Amino acid sequence: MVTLLTVSIVLLVGIILMPFYRVVVGPTVFDRLLAIGAMGAKIIGLIVLFGLLYDRVDMFIDIALAYAVLNFIAGIAVAKYFHKPSERRSRDA
Amino acid sequence: MLESLLQVIGWVLVGIGLLAMFVGSLGLIRLPDFYTRSHAASMVDTTGIILLLLGLVFLIGFSQAGLKLLVGVIFVILSNPVAIHALARAAFRAGLRPLLGEVADRKHRKLEDKE
Repeated sequence: MVTLLTVSIVLLVGIILMPFYRVVVGPTVFDRLLAIGAMGAKIIGLIVLFGLLYDRVDMFIDIALAYAVLNFIAGIAVAKYFHKPSERRSRDA
Repeated sequence: MLESLLQVIGWVLVGIGLLAMFVGSLGLIRLPDFYTRSHAASMVDTTGIILLLLGLVFLIGFSQAGLKLLVGVIFVILSNPVAIHALARAAFRAGLRPLLGEVADRKHRKLEDKE
Protein backbone atom coordinates (compact mmCIF):
# COMPACT_ATOMS: atom_id res chain seq x y z
CA MET A 1 0.00 0.00 0.00
CA VAL A 2 2.61 2.54 1.07
CA THR A 3 4.95 1.54 -1.76
CA LEU A 4 2.19 1.89 -4.37
CA LEU A 5 1.17 5.25 -2.85
CA THR A 6 4.75 6.52 -2.96
CA VAL A 7 5.16 5.38 -6.57
CA SER A 8 1.93 7.07 -7.67
CA ILE A 9 2.87 10.27 -5.81
CA VAL A 10 6.26 10.37 -7.55
CA LEU A 11 4.63 9.73 -10.95
CA LEU A 12 1.99 12.40 -10.32
CA VAL A 13 4.61 14.97 -9.30
CA GLY A 14 6.43 14.24 -12.56
CA ILE A 15 3.18 14.68 -14.50
CA ILE A 16 2.45 17.95 -12.67
CA LEU A 17 5.89 19.32 -13.49
CA MET A 18 5.48 18.62 -17.24
CA PRO A 19 3.17 21.60 -18.07
CA PHE A 20 5.67 23.88 -16.32
CA TYR A 21 7.53 23.89 -19.64
CA ARG A 22 4.46 25.59 -21.14
CA VAL A 23 4.36 28.11 -18.28
CA VAL A 24 7.98 29.14 -18.93
CA VAL A 25 8.02 28.99 -22.76
CA GLY A 26 4.36 29.49 -23.75
CA PRO A 27 4.12 32.02 -26.58
CA THR A 28 0.99 33.79 -25.28
CA VAL A 29 -0.22 34.60 -21.79
CA PHE A 30 -3.22 32.29 -22.33
CA ASP A 31 -0.93 29.27 -22.76
CA ARG A 32 0.68 30.06 -19.42
CA LEU A 33 -2.71 30.43 -17.70
CA LEU A 34 -3.95 27.18 -19.24
CA ALA A 35 -0.88 25.30 -18.02
CA ILE A 36 -1.23 26.80 -14.51
CA GLY A 37 -4.89 25.70 -14.43
CA ALA A 38 -4.01 22.17 -15.55
CA MET A 39 -1.31 21.93 -12.86
CA GLY A 40 -3.74 23.16 -10.19
CA ALA A 41 -6.38 20.63 -11.24
CA LYS A 42 -3.88 17.78 -10.90
CA ILE A 43 -2.70 18.99 -7.50
CA ILE A 44 -6.20 18.10 -6.14
CA GLY A 45 -5.39 14.43 -6.72
CA LEU A 46 -1.92 14.88 -5.23
CA ILE A 47 -3.35 16.32 -1.99
CA VAL A 48 -5.71 13.35 -1.54
CA LEU A 49 -2.85 10.92 -2.21
CA PHE A 50 -0.81 12.66 0.49
CA GLY A 51 -3.79 12.29 2.81
CA LEU A 52 -3.79 8.53 2.24
CA LEU A 53 -0.03 8.42 2.82
CA TYR A 54 -0.24 10.31 6.13
CA ASP A 55 -3.41 8.40 7.19
CA ARG A 56 -5.35 11.66 7.78
CA VAL A 57 -7.57 11.42 4.73
CA ASP A 58 -10.64 13.24 6.11
CA MET A 59 -8.64 16.42 6.79
CA PHE A 60 -6.78 16.40 3.48
CA ILE A 61 -10.02 15.94 1.49
CA ASP A 62 -11.35 19.21 2.91
CA ILE A 63 -8.12 20.92 1.83
CA ALA A 64 -8.44 19.37 -1.63
CA LEU A 65 -12.05 20.59 -2.01
CA ALA A 66 -11.05 24.13 -0.98
CA TYR A 67 -8.18 23.97 -3.47
CA ALA A 68 -10.55 22.88 -6.25
CA VAL A 69 -12.91 25.80 -5.54
CA LEU A 70 -10.02 28.30 -5.46
CA ASN A 71 -8.63 26.95 -8.73
CA PHE A 72 -12.03 27.32 -10.41
CA ILE A 73 -12.57 30.86 -9.11
CA ALA A 74 -9.07 31.92 -10.19
CA GLY A 75 -9.69 30.61 -13.71
CA ILE A 76 -13.06 32.34 -14.02
CA ALA A 77 -11.70 35.64 -12.64
CA VAL A 78 -8.77 35.69 -15.06
CA ALA A 79 -11.08 34.81 -17.97
CA LYS A 80 -13.37 37.70 -17.02
CA TYR A 81 -10.37 40.07 -16.85
CA PHE A 82 -9.25 39.10 -20.37
CA HIS A 83 -12.76 39.21 -21.78
CA LYS A 84 -12.41 42.84 -22.90
CA PRO A 85 -10.21 43.82 -25.88
CA SER A 86 -6.76 45.03 -24.83
CA GLU A 87 -7.22 48.78 -25.60
CA ARG A 88 -10.21 49.06 -23.34
CA ARG A 89 -8.43 47.04 -20.65
CA SER A 90 -5.44 49.39 -20.60
CA ARG A 91 -7.71 52.46 -20.56
CA ASP A 92 -9.64 51.15 -17.56
CA ALA A 93 -6.59 50.09 -15.60
CA MET B 1 -11.94 -10.92 -0.32
CA LEU B 2 -14.25 -7.99 -1.08
CA GLU B 3 -11.76 -5.61 0.52
CA SER B 4 -8.91 -6.75 -1.70
CA LEU B 5 -11.18 -6.63 -4.77
CA LEU B 6 -12.03 -3.00 -3.97
CA GLN B 7 -8.31 -2.26 -3.53
CA VAL B 8 -7.49 -3.80 -6.91
CA ILE B 9 -10.27 -1.83 -8.65
CA GLY B 10 -9.07 1.34 -6.93
CA TRP B 11 -5.43 0.92 -7.93
CA VAL B 12 -6.39 0.06 -11.52
CA LEU B 13 -8.49 3.24 -11.74
CA VAL B 14 -5.63 5.28 -10.24
CA GLY B 15 -3.25 3.81 -12.83
CA ILE B 16 -5.55 4.58 -15.76
CA GLY B 17 -6.07 8.09 -14.38
CA LEU B 18 -2.31 8.68 -14.13
CA LEU B 19 -1.92 7.46 -17.73
CA ALA B 20 -4.66 9.84 -18.95
CA MET B 21 -3.07 12.75 -17.03
CA PHE B 22 0.30 11.92 -18.60
CA VAL B 23 -1.27 12.02 -22.08
CA GLY B 24 -2.92 15.34 -21.23
CA SER B 25 0.37 16.86 -20.03
CA LEU B 26 2.13 15.58 -23.15
CA GLY B 27 -0.58 17.21 -25.27
CA LEU B 28 -0.11 20.47 -23.37
CA ILE B 29 3.57 20.42 -24.31
CA ARG B 30 3.42 19.04 -27.85
CA LEU B 31 0.31 20.47 -29.53
CA PRO B 32 0.80 23.44 -31.87
CA ASP B 33 -1.50 26.27 -30.69
CA PHE B 34 -3.56 27.47 -27.75
CA TYR B 35 -6.90 26.01 -28.82
CA THR B 36 -5.60 22.50 -29.42
CA ARG B 37 -3.76 22.70 -26.09
CA SER B 38 -6.94 23.76 -24.31
CA HIS B 39 -8.60 20.70 -25.86
CA ALA B 40 -5.92 18.48 -24.31
CA ALA B 41 -6.13 20.25 -20.95
CA SER B 42 -9.92 20.15 -20.71
CA MET B 43 -10.88 16.70 -22.00
CA VAL B 44 -7.98 14.38 -21.28
CA ASP B 45 -6.96 15.97 -17.99
CA THR B 46 -10.51 16.00 -16.66
CA THR B 47 -10.87 12.31 -17.52
CA GLY B 48 -7.61 11.60 -15.70
CA ILE B 49 -8.63 13.50 -12.57
CA ILE B 50 -12.07 11.83 -12.50
CA LEU B 51 -10.53 8.36 -12.78
CA LEU B 52 -7.85 9.10 -10.17
CA LEU B 53 -10.34 10.45 -7.63
CA LEU B 54 -12.80 7.59 -8.26
CA GLY B 55 -9.97 5.13 -7.67
CA LEU B 56 -9.17 6.93 -4.41
CA VAL B 57 -12.86 6.67 -3.42
CA PHE B 58 -12.57 2.90 -3.86
CA LEU B 59 -9.36 2.87 -1.77
CA ILE B 60 -10.81 4.98 1.06
CA GLY B 61 -14.06 3.01 1.18
CA PHE B 62 -17.58 4.39 1.24
CA SER B 63 -17.33 6.33 4.48
CA GLN B 64 -17.90 10.04 5.09
CA ALA B 65 -14.53 10.89 3.56
CA GLY B 66 -15.29 8.80 0.47
CA LEU B 67 -18.63 10.53 -0.05
CA LYS B 68 -16.96 13.92 0.34
CA LEU B 69 -14.44 12.92 -2.30
CA LEU B 70 -17.35 11.88 -4.55
CA VAL B 71 -18.71 15.43 -4.20
CA GLY B 72 -15.24 16.62 -5.19
CA VAL B 73 -15.38 14.42 -8.31
CA ILE B 74 -18.72 15.96 -9.31
CA PHE B 75 -17.32 19.45 -8.71
CA VAL B 76 -14.28 18.75 -10.88
CA ILE B 77 -16.53 17.38 -13.66
CA LEU B 78 -18.54 20.60 -13.56
CA SER B 79 -15.82 23.19 -12.97
CA ASN B 80 -12.71 22.19 -14.94
CA PRO B 81 -14.19 22.29 -18.49
CA VAL B 82 -16.13 25.46 -17.63
CA ALA B 83 -12.98 27.28 -16.48
CA ILE B 84 -11.02 26.24 -19.57
CA HIS B 85 -13.91 27.13 -21.88
CA ALA B 86 -14.13 30.57 -20.27
CA LEU B 87 -10.38 31.04 -20.79
CA ALA B 88 -10.59 29.95 -24.45
CA ARG B 89 -13.53 32.29 -25.04
CA ALA B 90 -11.62 35.16 -23.42
CA ALA B 91 -8.62 34.38 -25.62
CA PHE B 92 -10.79 34.48 -28.75
CA ARG B 93 -12.36 37.77 -27.65
CA ALA B 94 -8.90 39.20 -26.94
CA GLY B 95 -7.90 38.55 -30.55
CA LEU B 96 -6.01 35.26 -30.47
CA ARG B 97 -6.86 33.31 -33.64
CA PRO B 98 -6.60 29.54 -34.15
CA LEU B 99 -3.60 28.30 -36.10
CA LEU B 100 -5.88 26.45 -38.50
CA GLY B 101 -7.36 29.77 -39.62
CA GLU B 102 -3.93 31.13 -40.59
CA VAL B 103 -2.98 27.94 -42.42
CA ALA B 104 -6.29 27.93 -44.25
CA ASP B 105 -5.85 31.61 -45.17
CA ARG B 106 -2.36 31.00 -46.54
CA LYS B 107 -3.60 28.12 -48.65
CA HIS B 108 -6.44 30.24 -49.96
CA ARG B 109 -4.04 33.07 -50.89
CA LYS B 110 -1.77 30.60 -52.70
CA LEU B 111 -4.74 29.32 -54.70
CA GLU B 112 -5.68 32.90 -55.58
CA ASP B 113 -2.12 33.66 -56.73
CA LYS B 114 -2.16 30.71 -59.09
CA GLU B 115 -5.29 31.88 -60.84
